[in-house]
Amino acid sequence: MLRKILSACSALPLLFPHLAMAASDADLAKISAEIQQLKQSYEARIQALEARLQQAESTAKAAQSTAAKADEKASQVAAAPQPAVSSGANAFNPGISLILSGTYANLSQDPDKYRITGFIPGGEIGPGKRGFSLAESELGVYANIDPNFYGGLNLAMASDNSVSVEEAFIQTIGLSQGFTLKAGRFFSGIGYLNEQHAHVWDFADNPLAYQAFLGTQLGQDGVQVKWLAPTETFLELGAEVGRGANFPGTDRNKNGAGSGAVFGHVGGDVGGDVGVSHSWRAGLSYLRTRPQSREYDETNLAGGAVKNAFSGSSKLWIGDFVWKWAPEGNTANTSFKLQGEYFRRQEDGRLTYDTESTARLDSYSSSQSGGYLQGVYQFLPRWRVGLRRDQLDTGNVDYGLNNASLARPAYRPSKNSLMFDYNPSEFSRIRLQVAQDKSRQGVTDNQLFLQYQMSLGAHGAHQF
Amino acid sequence: MNILMKLLIALMLFGATLSASAAVNVLACEPEWGALAQELGGEKVSIYTATTALQDPHRIQARPSLIARARAADLLVCTGSELEIGWLPILLRQSSNANIQPGKPGYFEAANYVRKLEIPTRLDRSEGDVHPGGNPHIQTDPRNFLPVADALAQRLAQLDPSNAAFYAARHQGFVARWKAALQGWEAQAAPLKGISIVVQHKGFPYLENWLGLREVAALEPKPGVEANSGYLAEVLAQLQRQPAKMVIRAAYNDGRASEWLAEHAKLAIVVLPFTVGADAQSKDLFGLFDDTVQRLLGALK
Repeated sequence: MLRKILSACSALPLLFPHLAMAASDADLAKISAEIQQLKQSYEARIQALEARLQQAESTAKAAQSTAAKADEKASQVAAAPQPAVSSGANAFNPGISLILSGTYANLSQDPDKYRITGFIPGGEIGPGKRGFSLAESELGVYANIDPNFYGGLNLAMASDNSVSVEEAFIQTIGLSQGFTLKAGRFFSGIGYLNEQHAHVWDFADNPLAYQAFLGTQLGQDGVQVKWLAPTETFLELGAEVGRGANFPGTDRNKNGAGSGAVFGHVGGDVGGDVGVSHSWRAGLSYLRTRPQSREYDETNLAGGAVKNAFSGSSKLWIGDFVWKWAPEGNTANTSFKLQGEYFRRQEDGRLTYDTESTARLDSYSSSQSGGYLQGVYQFLPRWRVGLRRDQLDTGNVDYGLNNASLARPAYRPSKNSLMFDYNPSEFSRIRLQVAQDKSRQGVTDNQLFLQYQMSLGAHGAHQF
Repeated sequence: MNILMKLLIALMLFGATLSASAAVNVLACEPEWGALAQELGGEKVSIYTATTALQDPHRIQARPSLIARARAADLLVCTGSELEIGWLPILLRQSSNANIQPGKPGYFEAANYVRKLEIPTRLDRSEGDVHPGGNPHIQTDPRNFLPVADALAQRLAQLDPSNAAFYAARHQGFVARWKAALQGWEAQAAPLKGISIVVQHKGFPYLENWLGLREVAALEPKPGVEANSGYLAEVLAQLQRQPAKMVIRAAYNDGRASEWLAEHAKLAIVVLPFTVGADAQSKDLFGLFDDTVQRLLGALK
């Protein structure tokens, strides 16, 4: 309104031109000065008023928003009394989980003489001890370290009172662009079963192929990078470099990496959004290690015990798949899981026969393969039954000159296992497993395992 | 190996250049939160629901498809209160997605915004599958959707400020329709007040609290623990002294125990949808409670 008056004032000379014409020049100047004064004073007043208005408006707004906040707070207090966060020294303790496991094994053959015919032994192989024994107990401590890292330690306590560090790693949390970096000691991401802890296996032991090619399970000291593709279909690629100290590699006194691995996994649900009943994952992995003087015990053609050592390169390919079914994707009552992996290993290098006396060094090459197929069916809410078939192929082995002293059996080690388990809750499992193990040529080992596996402490989430 | 590494790097670079779509990508842990996000976000959100009404939300696996969806999500909307403890932590870790980690704006737990019931006084696994934060099945009381909707609308506006006015308007519309619907349901359900019921799983305290139903027995001796025949006989004996009208279970529950009891104790069986998508009527949140109330009333006849 003030603006209107002002513009009206400044328009006065225009409205009354005859007045201006009649007035003298001096008068005109006087009037114009007066008008100018008037204009300035109004302008100042308007500015002051505008400023006051603005101030009033902003105070009102602030008051309104405080009121809204108070309102919101009040409703929150009414609706959701915030749970009291426990404080004190233990408030930031990590999640601790303990796996307790015990086994009774009845083996018709001596486990101390266990061999997989035609395969160079390494790592921990065999069905374990006869009679009662404590199976591996695991103590895991995991937590977020800070907003950037997650980390944990998993100790395995064996029945002979030895403790080993199974995992001790740190990994990034949501790095960016789908990358995850992991460093420390961890189970390699190759294959399907390799990353899984013993207490999540569906059978009491790992498949023969894992024992023959990876010494049961490959742990790495090193770094891993994984990348998850921004696609609707699950696609994960990973690479690892590590010390390579474990079978099929050996520890080395050298800079650089002793092993390298790359792997890729794809997966999804069959039929997209509606096909929630089926899900699957498949992968391909490649592991290369450079063992140096990898020693092992062998029996020569004359029946004498010798020690041999291999140096060279070991390349392993693994193809894996798993398919899971549950009606409507509800695993509470019935479910089925089919999984299989195929291994192919190529080793080239030099082998020293009888390191302790003859010490004959010559070329060595082998090309061997094997795999397993298993199905586990949950037929009632807490009951499962599983069947596994293991099959290995000794393939081609060439010891060069040492062919004269070492056997090259053409044998296909195999094993059939049948397991039943009862899971009173998701934290406890009792398992019966019977197996017919033909790992050793000409010998059948009939095995029976009775086992419990219980987990207590933090609720661990399991991988697919 | 060199070729493989090159291929790997090339693929990674290719993937990194793929840009995300414009809409807010929401990964809902349970169908009810997917439906709520749809109500509030309309066409500005793209929703993927991790589980269905026919799955037991306690027993979900971190399937590869879920990991892939979590990777692309801008906002994760879950129940919380440890309902998803068996699968969500691994999903979050494997997703490599910084935006949806706990504490970030992209991580939303509905149970944080409502008053929880059955907060255990004793935390021990011998008590069965107890949730330290209280019973997580908050979606069976429609009143709980109001505070959750307030918080979720704010969260959407925070993540997508350019559409803040749009979310606010949809939120306002939803609240008005929801309050009207609530009055309708409460009027219809008046005859249910004080009715004695048996539940299969302790999944309905919020529903009972809303409608004034009286839970006299549960078919699980402890939460998540399957009933054996001895326990069922005990419940049956108890019902003879203290009769109930109906036995209630969620659509995903196995029906055997409730059918056995219904037959022996002459109870009506009510299969409640429990969440959106369990049956033809429960296609959205409004349908979910229309159907829930109708099914409960049906058992009174």
